[in-house]
Amino acid sequence: MQTLIQQVLNALQLGSVYALIALGYTMVYGIITLINFAHGDIFMVSTYVAFFVGTALMSQLLHLPGIVVFVLTMLAAMFATALLAVLIERFAYKPLRQAPRVSAVITALGVGLFLENFTLATIGPDPRFLPKFFPVQTFTVGGVAFSNVQIVIIAVSAVVMLLLDTIVRRTMVGMAMRAVSWDKFTAPLMGVPVDRIISITFAIGASIAAIGGTLFGMVYTVDPYMGIRIGWWAFISAVVGGIGNIRGAMLGGYILGFVEIFTPVILPASTYRDFVAFSLLLVLLIFRPYGILGRPVAQKV
Amino acid sequence: MKRLYLLTGLLIVMGLLVTACQPKGPETIKIGLNAELTGGVPVVGASCKNGAELAVEEVNNAGGLEVGGKKYKIELLIEDNEDKAESAAAAAQKLNAAGVLLMIGPNASRNAIPAAEVAEANKMPMISPWSTNPKTTIDAATGQPKKYVMRACFIDDFQGVVAAKFAINELGSKKPAVLYDVASEYNKGIAEIYKKTMEENGIQVVAFETYTTGDKDFSAQLTKIIQSGADSLFLPNYYTEVPLQVQQAHKLGFTGVILGSDSWGATELIDLCGADCEGYFFTTHYAADIATPKAQAFIQAYQAKYGKVPDDVAALTYDAFGLAFQAIQAAGKIDREAVNQALHNVSRYEGVTGVLQFKGTGDPVKSAVVLQIKGGKFVYYTTAQP
Repeated sequence: MQTLIQQVLNALQLGSVYALIALGYTMVYGIITLINFAHGDIFMVSTYVAFFVGTALMSQLLHLPGIVVFVLTMLAAMFATALLAVLIERFAYKPLRQAPRVSAVITALGVGLFLENFTLATIGPDPRFLPKFFPVQTFTVGGVAFSNVQIVIIAVSAVVMLLLDTIVRRTMVGMAMRAVSWDKFTAPLMGVPVDRIISITFAIGASIAAIGGTLFGMVYTVDPYMGIRIGWWAFISAVVGGIGNIRGAMLGGYILGFVEIFTPVILPASTYRDFVAFSLLLVLLIFRPYGILGRPVAQKV
Repeated sequence: MKRLYLLTGLLIVMGLLVTACQPKGPETIKIGLNAELTGGVPVVGASCKNGAELAVEEVNNAGGLEVGGKKYKIELLIEDNEDKAESAAAAAQKLNAAGVLLMIGPNASRNAIPAAEVAEANKMPMISPWSTNPKTTIDAATGQPKKYVMRACFIDDFQGVVAAKFAINELGSKKPAVLYDVASEYNKGIAEIYKKTMEENGIQVVAFETYTTGDKDFSAQLTKIIQSGADSLFLPNYYTEVPLQVQQAHKLGFTGVILGSDSWGATELIDLCGADCEGYFFTTHYAADIATPKAQAFIQAYQAKYGKVPDDVAALTYDAFGLAFQAIQAAGKIDREAVNQALHNVSRYEGVTGVLQFKGTGDPVKSAVVLQIKGGKFVYYTTAQP
């Protein structure tokens, strides 16, 4: 029983990060039906921004409390990553908006490769840790061990997701996003600035990835290739939940977190992780191609 | 994966283009270096390159290597294998096409094994400084030793036994556990030998858990290990992953002792791990603090050039070059067959990592040391003789 609770906590930590990154995939797909394969690498860049800003703020003789540095670092990573995503959209994807969809997907793969190798060439391949914003404390309650960092990750992710859900459902920007996603030919006729809404969507998706990146960097190492695997898992999360559906992405993220943790618990080896994850994807694509929470869409001609 | 294939293809094409316009230099001896400059273990590649450049520089500054009455300068061709099996084979092919006399590297076994296949097929002598997996020098099809592949380090059949006996005798471990990378030859090989040795000594390994290269979260496996009541944990994994594993084990409440293998030997391990690795042990090739006069000279020269203490990869690379130079001189001509023959005729070579004795195969017989991490440094603990 204790072990089960322990593993659920482990899965929630991992699932939170997947969910945050899956949101970026799903939002961009929802609005311009593009699978932004560069998103995992945008996440990677965000962890590097967090690493450099965090290290600079901690090492200066500013005597800032750790929690302030943590918030500042996260905000800086969010801002820088949002800017990067908007620039990528403006220069790499916008010129291709009328082109066949596959051209844009290939461009996205290219942007991802560019980000990976640019980081490799300029920063180098060595893995790094983010500085410790606050001392890690481990608690044991009834045989279940958890750390304050783990609680921060799970709680911050939950708050961010609730906030995003509210933005999309209750604000004007959210309504505009849903309008563009619903019908991008009629939305401009109703006075919705489509280009600006698309930029805002990219910016929000990237800043959420940056929140995930900062949280991820607090417990795992940062390296130029980290975005590949995590990007794939987040992409599967988005598809499993129903790509284009925000609540679906969150659900998918947690499902994939549980798949990653419980595969080695139930099956004899962790090697089956990718097998289980991709089988889940395949089965879902066969029986429910629009995902768990997605709705079937009739293709308009 | 698609990206990988694309990249590899591109690299091969680029390799062909580059080698096509290399001029022939008859006054130099070309030696190839196949190293992990980028990828999962960049410090290994960097140390290997440093050790190689130091060895070559020393010979060139002394006027070159005298072979058959004539002095030749050494020309070092360095290729990055990106710490990927397919790139390591491609790099070996590229060096072969460039006409190197012999190739030093790769270091990690997952790269050295495919590169050794290329070396063997092209009759290009290869010395791996740091690959300890037995498969590197063994022909998989026949089970016989490869004819053109050697190494400068001991093999895991020895290292795994040393680590297991250390855990039993010195640490008094009754319930050992192992977490290893199942997708990497080195980690897998040594973990299996560790387990086998434990069982031969009547001790059951209580948890034998795996992960895959590039994983960053080990909480599921570590929770299982803790649940099994393990009192020691063996992590025969590379220095980039060990800090994550140790820190996650501590966060989940593991209190036993942790030990590792020679893949821990980069000082970056301590930078990444901080206080979490304090007091832990690992088996490796040499200890800088009990160096012989020859090793001390090397350590001083290395420190003067690079400003840090050489790690085991740098020292073994330096020895691989020393061994190669000795064999080239003994061969008396610049010819792969003659040099390979001369390499196999070496029965004893005194290097900076100790004495290498060859008994008819490409695997030297040499001693291992156990180091402890103490005060942020690697400190000599004990020596194990073969």
